[in-house]
Amino acid sequence: MLHLLWLIPLLPLVGFVVNGLLGGRVLPRRVVTVVGCGTVLLAFLVSLGAVASLSDLEGAAASPEGLQVDAAAHRVVQEVGTWLPLGPGPDGTALSVSWGFALDPLSAVMLLVVTGVGFLIHVYSAGYMAPEPPAAYGRFFAYLNLFMAMMLTLVLGSSLPVLFIGWEGVGLCSYLLIGFYYDRPFDAATGLTCADAGRKAFITNRIGDMGFVLGMLMLFGAAGTLDVQGILGQVGTLGGAVCTAAALLIFLGVCGKSAQIPLHVWLPDAMAGPTPVSALIHAATMVTAGVYVMCRMAPLYQAAPEAMTVVAVVGGLTALFAATIGLLQDDIKKVLAYSTVSQLGYMVMAVGVGAFTAGVFHLMTHAFFKALLFLGAGSVIHAMSGEQNIRRMGGLGRYLPWTHGTFLVAGLAIAGIFPLSGFFSKDEILWMAFDRSKLLWLVGAAGAFLTAFYMTRLYIMVFHGDERFDDETRHHLHESPRSMTVPLVVLAVLSFAGGWIGIPKALAPGIPNLFERYLSPVFAAGGAAHGEGHGLAAAAAHAVHVPVGLELGMMALSMIIALFGIFLGWVFYHARPDTPARWAESARGLYRVVVNKYFVDEIYGRIILTPYYALCRAASWFDRYIVDGAVNGAGYFTLGTSYTSVGFDTYIVDGLVNLTGYTVRGASWVFRRFQTGIVQSYATAMVLGIFILVSVYLLTTAP
Amino acid sequence: MPVDFFLVIAALLFTIGSVGVLIRRNAIVMLMCVELMLNAVNLTFVAFAQEGQRMTGHVFAFFVMTVAAAEAAVGLAIVIALFRRRRTTDVDNASLMRW
Repeated sequence: MLHLLWLIPLLPLVGFVVNGLLGGRVLPRRVVTVVGCGTVLLAFLVSLGAVASLSDLEGAAASPEGLQVDAAAHRVVQEVGTWLPLGPGPDGTALSVSWGFALDPLSAVMLLVVTGVGFLIHVYSAGYMAPEPPAAYGRFFAYLNLFMAMMLTLVLGSSLPVLFIGWEGVGLCSYLLIGFYYDRPFDAATGLTCADAGRKAFITNRIGDMGFVLGMLMLFGAAGTLDVQGILGQVGTLGGAVCTAAALLIFLGVCGKSAQIPLHVWLPDAMAGPTPVSALIHAATMVTAGVYVMCRMAPLYQAAPEAMTVVAVVGGLTALFAATIGLLQDDIKKVLAYSTVSQLGYMVMAVGVGAFTAGVFHLMTHAFFKALLFLGAGSVIHAMSGEQNIRRMGGLGRYLPWTHGTFLVAGLAIAGIFPLSGFFSKDEILWMAFDRSKLLWLVGAAGAFLTAFYMTRLYIMVFHGDERFDDETRHHLHESPRSMTVPLVVLAVLSFAGGWIGIPKALAPGIPNLFERYLSPVFAAGGAAHGEGHGLAAAAAHAVHVPVGLELGMMALSMIIALFGIFLGWVFYHARPDTPARWAESARGLYRVVVNKYFVDEIYGRIILTPYYALCRAASWFDRYIVDGAVNGAGYFTLGTSYTSVGFDTYIVDGLVNLTGYTVRGASWVFRRFQTGIVQSYATAMVLGIFILVSVYLLTTAP
Repeated sequence: MPVDFFLVIAALLFTIGSVGVLIRRNAIVMLMCVELMLNAVNLTFVAFAQEGQRMTGHVFAFFVMTVAAAEAAVGLAIVIALFRRRRTTDVDNASLMRW
């Protein structure tokens, strides 16, 4: 199946074209659904086949048609054709960028997560978007398919430009899908419309993309190639400064795509889009692209320890910062959005401390439970006829049994409760962070506590307690259709059991950590080559020396923190419901700051946007009055000269002509007098003439 | 007798004749003035012939007289034709070719 790698991004693209051109008005709704979901399902099945073949590389035929097999690194590259033939490079060899798709364990994990969770979300969307008119329904599935195609291009790209196409493409789809309801307002407080939110996401992304491009070009300049493996192979010879600079620039792109501080501002506003969009793009796939790229470029980061420190610090800060904001949000989707930012911070922090496998592990488990949380939230919103404020919910557990149950599973998973998936992945990150910096561990642990707390808050306020909505809404409350609940159940199973492939050795000495073993060809090689203590191999070697007891103790501590968070949440919101209000009162200033998201958007507006808009207005003024003024001035000048020319033509040129006429007329008026018709006057003239002539003759000839 | 006397008289006669042609309105009077000019010319010819003792002048005078007679006849015929049309001999009226 490996020779079908190129088919994986292509299938959803075909779905996009079909649904985009025909889906809205020509095809019946059922066909649109089948095309939209079917292409993703097919992509998933092909991915399964390809991944299965990957594990059997030694057994496969050596270099089947068009594939380059690297058995040692468990990697297969398929080049479909040349894209940019760039001509000879500085050393004479021909440079070119080709459409290459690479599959190794890391992209295999991403592939299965993206196509699998993506398929579930497509099925869910069929139910969620059913009330939409056919044109919008078709457009939605077209955009979703385009997004899948772009994301798969990103995951499978074997060279940075191909990856970047996917990178940009998912940004574009994010804009299209966030602004899906392009004519609806979004946030009454700030006057933002859904289209504005889409633009905000795209523009913030672009700021990061600038960093990504600069890093990519820097690497091209230093390494002479844009192929990922080509660059990574030369990491040792590039020099620390280049590696650090390129790593930081690419990290800027990651901040934009994965919503880290300071470019996190777009993700909460991205909730303007339909809920399946939030689940797919802003929980499971697009935002994880940044983490994926950093893991893909792991040797580069390992060669730049200062960059790793920056990454870890930013990740940790984001994890904690976003968690604090999520505590006080009232919109169910905003809570989940900030939770996503926070969890992404964990993944980024994992990469920063060198725990690449842990980061990818958390990426996978997070995809499961965060998608589930968002889809569950969508189910709640659907049942509540569009209400998203948790202060107007409550007690929904008995009306929405399936949503309730699956949401609970997801909540426990994200809080990190054993034996759900989140526990294993988050704990591994915290353990690795503890190894590197106790302070980072503390930040992570605080974030974990807050995560448990705010998820408990969310769960209790939505599904438990008194019903804070009116009878009108209650009449409409109903569990979602099967197209929506079945994906929820599947994701719940994955959230529950998904972590079991990555059980650390310390916990169960006899069971191997399958996940780590699967990814070891990708990360261990890098770690061994640059043994600076950050590679996974070095960490694994290091871990051997650390007593197992400490690791188990840390695990227990993580559980205790999570349980304490849940307990406090239960106290604050169920047992003593007046507690949050009291705390808010006693710390009014701090409360106000946090509830307003630390005024980050306002600060950006004041510091960046206002001067920028002033600059735009100045540029517009310049364009209107000076540039257009020059153009218009040229026009007026031409007009003026043409008037002058006309005047000249009329009065001088024509004047001269007329003057000739007048002269002739005047002269003829004079000379006409000679024609009296009277013969005698003619005769007079003759005589006078003769007289003059003879006189002249006589006088001039000397006597 | 010096020939100058005769030439001066002839000149005077010629001038009077020409001025008369130019000024007088009556057609017949104009013709008479033309005769006067011609006669002045005759006198000039004869005077030079006498002074130079040659016959050329005399002969030429004959020619001039002949032409004068013929021309007078034709002129009078024109005046009569003109008179028949307009019952006047005032030449100032014949100015149809004026501007």
